[in-house]
Amino acid sequence: MTKDKIVIDHLNLQYADGTESLHDISMAIPEHAITVLFGPAGGGKSSLLRCLNRLNDLTEVRALSGRILLDGENILDPQTDVILLRRRVGIVFARPVVLPLTIRGNLTYGLELAGEKRRSRLEEALVRSLQLAALWEEVKDRLDDPAVALSGGQQQRLCLARVLANQPEVILLDEPTSGLDPISTGKVETALQQLKKDYTIVLVPHSVQQAARVTDYAAFFLQGELVEWAEGKQIFTHPRVKRTEDYLEGRFG
Amino acid sequence: MKKPSNWSEAIIAAVIKTCGYSTIVFIILIFYFLLREGLPALTEVKLSELFSARWYPIENHFGILPLLTGSLVVTVGAMLVAVPFGIGTAVFIAEIAPRPLREVLKPLVELLGGLPSVMLGFLGILVLAPFLRTFLNLPTGLTALAGSLLLGGIAIPTVVSITEDALDAVPQGYREGALAMGATRWQTIWRVTLPAASSGTLTAVMLGVGRAIGETMVVLMVTGNAPVMAVRLNSILSPVRTMTATIAAEMGEVANGSTYYHVLFFIGLILFLISLAVNVAASSVVFRQKKRAERVLG
Amino acid sequence: MNRRLFLDRGLAQRLGISLLTLVTLVTVLPILAAVVYVVKAGLPAISWQFLSQMPRDGMRAGGILPAIVGTLYLTFGTALFSVPLGVAAAIYLSEYARENTLTRLIRIAIINLAGIPSVIYGLFGLGLFVFFLKFGTSILSASLTLSIMTLPVIISATEEALRAIPQSFRTVSISLGGTRWQTIRRIVLPQALPGIMTGIILGLERAAGETAPILFTGAAFFLARLPNSPFDGTMALPYHLFVISTQVPGMPIQIQYGTALVLLAFVLAMNLFAVIIRSRARSKRQW
Repeated sequence: MTKDKIVIDHLNLQYADGTESLHDISMAIPEHAITVLFGPAGGGKSSLLRCLNRLNDLTEVRALSGRILLDGENILDPQTDVILLRRRVGIVFARPVVLPLTIRGNLTYGLELAGEKRRSRLEEALVRSLQLAALWEEVKDRLDDPAVALSGGQQQRLCLARVLANQPEVILLDEPTSGLDPISTGKVETALQQLKKDYTIVLVPHSVQQAARVTDYAAFFLQGELVEWAEGKQIFTHPRVKRTEDYLEGRFG
Repeated sequence: MKKPSNWSEAIIAAVIKTCGYSTIVFIILIFYFLLREGLPALTEVKLSELFSARWYPIENHFGILPLLTGSLVVTVGAMLVAVPFGIGTAVFIAEIAPRPLREVLKPLVELLGGLPSVMLGFLGILVLAPFLRTFLNLPTGLTALAGSLLLGGIAIPTVVSITEDALDAVPQGYREGALAMGATRWQTIWRVTLPAASSGTLTAVMLGVGRAIGETMVVLMVTGNAPVMAVRLNSILSPVRTMTATIAAEMGEVANGSTYYHVLFFIGLILFLISLAVNVAASSVVFRQKKRAERVLG
Repeated sequence: MNRRLFLDRGLAQRLGISLLTLVTLVTVLPILAAVVYVVKAGLPAISWQFLSQMPRDGMRAGGILPAIVGTLYLTFGTALFSVPLGVAAAIYLSEYARENTLTRLIRIAIINLAGIPSVIYGLFGLGLFVFFLKFGTSILSASLTLSIMTLPVIISATEEALRAIPQSFRTVSISLGGTRWQTIRRIVLPQALPGIMTGIILGLERAAGETAPILFTGAAFFLARLPNSPFDGTMALPYHLFVISTQVPGMPIQIQYGTALVLLAFVLAMNLFAVIIRSRARSKRQW
């Protein structure tokens, strides 16, 4: 019986500028698996993702209610240590954003923020995370080069490695392969399949095909509502709700 | 996962916030001091005396009207120079000059803005004033005209850079539309681009005025420092004295707390209020200026 | 009839452009001429003795060392107060403050501080630092006065430099568990440093060339010794030039031009320094 890493309980969110809100979302995210949030643009998937590590704090919010439980604790509680939360729940964004540092600097940034100064620990984390992100071979000889010198696909894997170096428990990915070529996309997807054994992964795919390729659990979002949630790939072949079926068949998008 | 108390973060934020508010504190402080030391002049000198035409402090005549007219004449003269030459140069740089020439002209004009005013005043005494004296056959070259010419020069960089920003901000589509309808480049500039940048240009002129009114050393050195009423047309060709020059010249010799002291502060208060008014007017003209320090404040 | 129309318009265009070219020349040439003139007239006076010796014979001979030293002290003192305060204020506006009435008030205050005539700063410095706080006519009073005057320049340049940093950097830093200050200290500030330094240098350049604010707050014409403490008065290049060109009879023209040249060189050097920093930063940018 798989444990639920994250439980979302009647989450309501409205941004002050009226964009991408969420209406009464309740769902569970099982650990050590890839949960996919898919659906047309504006459905609330990115908003939900950003709630999971309280990144929504950075935007003006008009209304926010409900609970998000991480290992049973409500992270929307104002008393929550958001710094620690963001180390436990890491995020990879759609466009690779490398910090204006060296490759090494990017990778050790998170740990240095936390106060880690021991060179050995930093190196260890650096090597391990690069290997997990399938980037080690390509950059091991130029760790002190500026990170901007890498290609797009490499930069995105660097962002993944950067998150991994922080030793999170949950990894959120918001359309991580949207700008990447098919080979880089494949490398990222393969890495995710390896990573799910030890991490909980929540992914917003950039295509339904990608969703179908990697999913263990899938949730369909439409205009801020959770329409359907299912285990495995069955949601793509046998959707239960008509709206899901309509979307998958391309009747809107 | 309870929040730990983070003292350092909170202290740093508090320090930074205090620094942010310091500017408000300073403006209020300046205003307060001017009021504190300047308002007593209103009680110590009869109003009719204060606004009379005799400025002769040695005999206790504190009429500030000549100083006001002096500032006015020199500023008006300066703007008569700065506006056409400033806007013209800005139009040339922004609309006509080819790229490489632009890259040379812009720093050159900025250079003018960086020259110390005392140096310009120095050149005014040694070069400009004698020239005016011989060329216009005057008893002395140290006149309002000399001051206006140099002040105009000082105001030009302000006018040029803000007008230039305003012209740059006009969408390229305006120009292309006009050209497509058969207008020449000159017509486009004159009838389309410049009017579109009019609010920015107005701001530039107002800020130029502010710069000219507030200038001290140049006028102190070249306007002759004669506190006479500058109201006739040929006043521009005679010596005058501005408010700024008066304060600069006489503050050093004044006893702390005397009536003279208060009157000088009173003049300062008037200057402060004038520049406040000009700045408020300039910022209320709706125009998003590029916030480059050397430009807006140069 | 059509041909005449085109001819008129073409003529108008040529005239207009010629007029503007003339206007620009009349504006720009005197600047170059003035600089060249000062260099030519002042260069003969420049020698190591001129720069390193104390003046003699009531300033009519000898060197201008105390004026140079004084300007350096004042520039340093201005930097000491205005840089931390100005940079912090800009960090507040760019990184911490929300856009509300209070921040608008701050911006209005900055614009107005920038527009205050320099002689008013002198009055203010006299009233507050010299008399009220009893610092007397000193380097301290003059530096504090110049600092407040320089504040708007530094704040504006710093804020602009900070705002140029892409927001995505901050978001990433926060998402990795960084606090706001950590993000500023590790990413934003280092990247904004060239822009900030340019603003500081340009602000200090202005402060170094100003006379009115130091007239009653710190400048002296004749001091027998170099200043020993911040509470001493000091000579300064701009004030020195002012006095020797207006109030000393029999002052050799050469020394006047020499002093003007030293002041000009100081200002131009700082300008050049700022330009170099700006262009080098542009080429090394990592985003």
